Amino acid sequence: MNFDLTDERQMLQDSLRRFLRDNQDGLRASTRLGDTENTLGFDAGIWGKLAELGVIGALFSEEDGGFAGAGFDLTTVFEELGRAGAVEPLLDTAILGGGLIAALGNETQKELVEQVIGGELHLALAHGEPNSRYDLAQVETTAQVDGDDIVLTGRKAVVINAEAADYLVVSARESGAASDEDGISLFLVPRDSAGLSLRGYALLAGGRAAEVDLDGLRLSADARLGAAGSAYAALKRATNRAEVALAAETLGAMEAATELTREYLLTRQQFGRPIGTFQALQHRMATLLIELEQARSAVINAAGHLDGSAAEQALQISAARNLIGRAGRLVAEESIQLHGGIAMTEEYELAHIAKRIVMADHRFGDTDTQLERFIDQSAA
Amino acid sequence: MDLNYSVEEQAFRAEVQEFLAQKLPKEMSDAMRLGHDLGKEGHEKWHAILNEQGWLAPNWPQEFGGCEWNAVQRHIFEEECCRANAPRIVPFGLAMLAPVLQKFGSKAQQDHYLPRILSGEDWWCQGYSEPGAGSDLASLKTRAVREGDHYVVNGQKTWTTLGQYANWIFCLVRTDPDAKQQAGISFLLIDMNTPGIEVRPIILLDGTHEVNEVWFTDVKVPVENLVGEENKGWTYAKYLLTHERTNIAGVGFSSAGLEAVKRMARSQMHRGRPLIENPHFAARAARAEIDLMAMSTTNLRIISRAASGQAPGVESSMLKVKGTEIRQEINDLARRAAGAYAMPFVSEALEGGNEPDMGPEGSAAAAPQYFNNRKLSIFGGSNEVQKNIIAKVKLGGGA
Ligand SMILES: Cc1cc2nc3c(=O)[nH]c(=O)nc-3n(C[C@H](O)[C@H](O)[C@H](O)COP(=O)(O)OP(=O)(O)OC[C@H]3O[C@@H](n4cnc5c(N)ncnc54)[C@H](O)[C@@H]3O)c2cc1C
Ligand SMILES: Cc1cc2nc3c(=O)[nH]c(=O)nc-3n(C[C@H](O)[C@H](O)[C@H](O)COP(=O)(O)OP(=O)(O)OC[C@H]3O[C@@H](n4cnc5c(N)ncnc54)[C@H](O)[C@@H]3O)c2cc1C
Repeated sequence: MNFDLTDERQMLQDSLRRFLRDNQDGLRASTRLGDTENTLGFDAGIWGKLAELGVIGALFSEEDGGFAGAGFDLTTVFEELGRAGAVEPLLDTAILGGGLIAALGNETQKELVEQVIGGELHLALAHGEPNSRYDLAQVETTAQVDGDDIVLTGRKAVVINAEAADYLVVSARESGAASDEDGISLFLVPRDSAGLSLRGYALLAGGRAAEVDLDGLRLSADARLGAAGSAYAALKRATNRAEVALAAETLGAMEAATELTREYLLTRQQFGRPIGTFQALQHRMATLLIELEQARSAVINAAGHLDGSAAEQALQISAARNLIGRAGRLVAEESIQLHGGIAMTEEYELAHIAKRIVMADHRFGDTDTQLERFIDQSAA
Repeated sequence: MDLNYSVEEQAFRAEVQEFLAQKLPKEMSDAMRLGHDLGKEGHEKWHAILNEQGWLAPNWPQEFGGCEWNAVQRHIFEEECCRANAPRIVPFGLAMLAPVLQKFGSKAQQDHYLPRILSGEDWWCQGYSEPGAGSDLASLKTRAVREGDHYVVNGQKTWTTLGQYANWIFCLVRTDPDAKQQAGISFLLIDMNTPGIEVRPIILLDGTHEVNEVWFTDVKVPVENLVGEENKGWTYAKYLLTHERTNIAGVGFSSAGLEAVKRMARSQMHRGRPLIENPHFAARAARAEIDLMAMSTTNLRIISRAASGQAPGVESSMLKVKGTEIRQEINDLARRAAGAYAMPFVSEALEGGNEPDMGPEGSAAAAPQYFNNRKLSIFGGSNEVQKNIIAKVKLGGGA
C-alpha cells in the first residue's frame, strides 16, 4: 500500500495550488453574488492559464490527447480547485463535455477535444430536465429524424456553463419510454443554433447556468455522437468521473473550511481568551477533523475504483458521495456556527466555500439519493 | 391536563383567522410563502394594517395602546399569522425597545416614542453588537463621554439588522471605562440622522442586505436620550433580552416551513413517484414533524406557565436551541426537495418582483433561506451560549 501521490501528481498539485493561491482575486471575482456584468461565470484569463499549466490535459488520457486522466489525476486537480473555491467549469467543459466527445465522437468530432485541452473551447452537458431530478435515464426531450436532419424538442434544466459554451452536448430520446436507458442519444449542438434559446442566471455558489429550450432545433445527422439511442453507458461513465471529481472538489473545500475555522478559533477573542479554549468548541473541531479524514478515505476509495466494474464503481461512488454529503453538511454548518456572524458575510471567504460544499450535493444525486443507490448496489 | 384550547381561546383564534382572511393582502402572503423579500414598503404596509386593527402591540399594556394579550393569546396570534403567511413584525421598536421604555423610560420618553412606534413614524434598530463584542457583549467599546447637556459618542456597532431603514437606534455605550465590564454601560437612544453617523451595508452569504455596520464619529446625543440611569444600561439590556427571547421557538415558522416542504415534495417526482413518498425523504420529514409536535407542546407548557405569572427560566434557552435546530432542519429539507433547482440564484425573483421561480414553487428561496437561517443559531445569544446557560443553572458555576 502506498497512499502518496506520484511525483507527476505531486508536481501538478504543487503548481496548481500555487497558481490558484496567486490568483485568488480573479477567482473570487466570479463568485460575487449580484455581479450581473460577468455573464461568462468565470475568468477567461485564468482559464487560459489553467490550460497552459496542463490542468485540462491532466483530465484526459494519452489516447484522447491528454497526458493523464486516471481517477487520482482527477482528484488531484479537483481537490485543489475545491480548496481555492474556484468555480471554473472544468467539470463541465472537460470531464462531461470533453469526456463524452472523447468517448463517443468520430475523428472530426474528436478534434474538439484538442481545442478543449488547449483552453480554446467551452462545452456544457445539457442533460437534466425539469422532471428528471437525479435520474440519469429520465429524458423527455425528443430527437426526431426528418430526412437527413434531426429535430430536437424539449427543455433542459440548470445547464451549467451553457452561456459560455461553444457547443452543448444535448441528450435526447430517439426511442423508448421516458425513463429507459435505451434510446438516449447525444448531439453536438452549436450554442448559437436557431431553435435554441437560453435563459441564463447566476448560481448561488458561483458560476452560471441556464434553462435551455430546444424548439424544433434542426441538426444534420452527423451532429450525433456515437450510434443512435445508445449513449447511456457513456453518459454513466462520464457522470461517474464527474462525481469523483466533484467529491474531491468538495473534500478540498471541506479542508479549506476546516482550516479557516481552526485558525479562527485560535485568534478570535471573547471573554478575554481565544474561543478555541472553550471545550464546547474544541470537541466540535475535533469532530470535524475526524470527519475530514473519513471524507478523504471515501474519495480515495471512489477514485481508486474508477476503472473497476460498473457495479464496483456504482457502490464506491455512492458511498463516497453519501459520506461527503453528510460530512460536508456538517463541516459547512459547523464552520459557520463556530465562526459566528462573520462567516455569514458574503465577503468572508468561508461563506463562499461553505456554499460550494453544500450546493455540490445538488448535482448528480444528493446524499439521500446516493444512499438509495448504495442500498440498491449492496443488496444486488 | 387538558390539551385543548378553552372556548375563549378558540373564539379568539377564529377572530384572528377572520381578520387575516379579510385584511392580509394576497400579494404579501404570496411573497412570504415563496420566501421573497417584502421590502421596506411591504413591512410598513402590514404594520399599518395591524395598527388600524389595534393589534400591533400584543405584549404592551393597554395604557400604552397595546392589546395586553396573555401568552396563550400571543401564541395563537403568531401561529395563525405564520399559517396565513403573514409578514413577521419587525421586533426592534415594538417588542424590544418598547418594554424597556415602559419599565425604565421617563414619562417624557414614553409619551414621545411609544406613539411613534405604533404609528410607524420611527423605525428602530438594535445597536448592541460590535466587532469585538459578540457573545461577550459586555466587552463593548463604543464610548459616550458627557459634555454638558450632550454625550459625545465614538465607536462602531455591527450586525445592525435593517439599520438601512431605521431612523433611530438604541445603543449600549460605555460611559465609565474604569468600571468593571457590565457596570460602566449605558442605554442611549440615538437619532440616525445626527451628523457623524455612517451606515455601511454588509451583504450576507445569500446576497441579502439585511445587516449593517454603524459608525459613530463625535456624534452629539442629548442627555435626555439616556434611558434610566447612567451606567445601569446592562440591567435594561438584560430586561430587553428576556423580551427578545419571546417566540424564540418559532413554532409557527416551522409549521409553515414544513407545509411548504411537503407541498414541494408532492410536486417533485423521484424514481417514478412523488418525492413525498420516497422513504428516505419521508423519514427525515417525519422526524422533523415529530420533533416539532413535541416542541410545540413544550412551547405551550412554558407559555401557559408564563401566562399564570411564572417567569420562564432556562426553558427559554431550551426553546431557542431546539426551535432553531428544527427550523434549520426544515430549511435543509426544503433545499433538498428543490433538487437541482436549488442551485440558481435569481435575485429578481427573491427581491419580490413577479419573476416566477425557475423550478418548483418555492425553489428559488430554498437554498438562500437555508444559508440565511444559519443565523438563527448564532444571534440572540448563540446556541452554545444558551447551552452554557442551561448547564450553569443545572450544574452550577463550573460551566
Ligand atoms: C468494560 C471495561 C473494561 C475496562 N478494562 C480495563 C482494564 O482492563 N484495565 C484498566 O486499567 N482499566 C480498564 N477499564 C477502565 C477504563 O480505562 C476507564 O473506565 C476509563 O479510563 C474512564 O475512566 P472512568 O470510567 O473512571 O470515567 P471518568 O474518567 O470518571 O470519566 C467520566 C466521564 O467524564 C469524561 N471526562 C473525563 N475527563 C474529561 C476531560 N478532561 N474532558 C472531557 N471529558 C472528560 C469522560 O470522557 C467520561 O465521559 C475498563 C473499563 C470498562 C468500562
Ligand atoms: C444575521 C444577523 C443579525 C444580527 N442582528 C443584530 C442586531 O440587529 N443587533 C445586534 O446588536 N446584534 C445583531 N447580531 C449579532 C449577534 O447577536 C452576534 O452575532 C452574536 O451575539 C454572536 O457574536 P459573534 O458573531 O461575534 O460570534 P462570537 O461571539 O465570536 O462567537 C463565535 C463562536 O464562539 C462561540 N462562543 C463564544 N463564546 C463562547 C463560550 N463562552 N462558550 C462556548 N462557545 C462560545 C459562539 O457560540 C460561536 O459559535 C446579528 C447577527 C447576525 C448573524
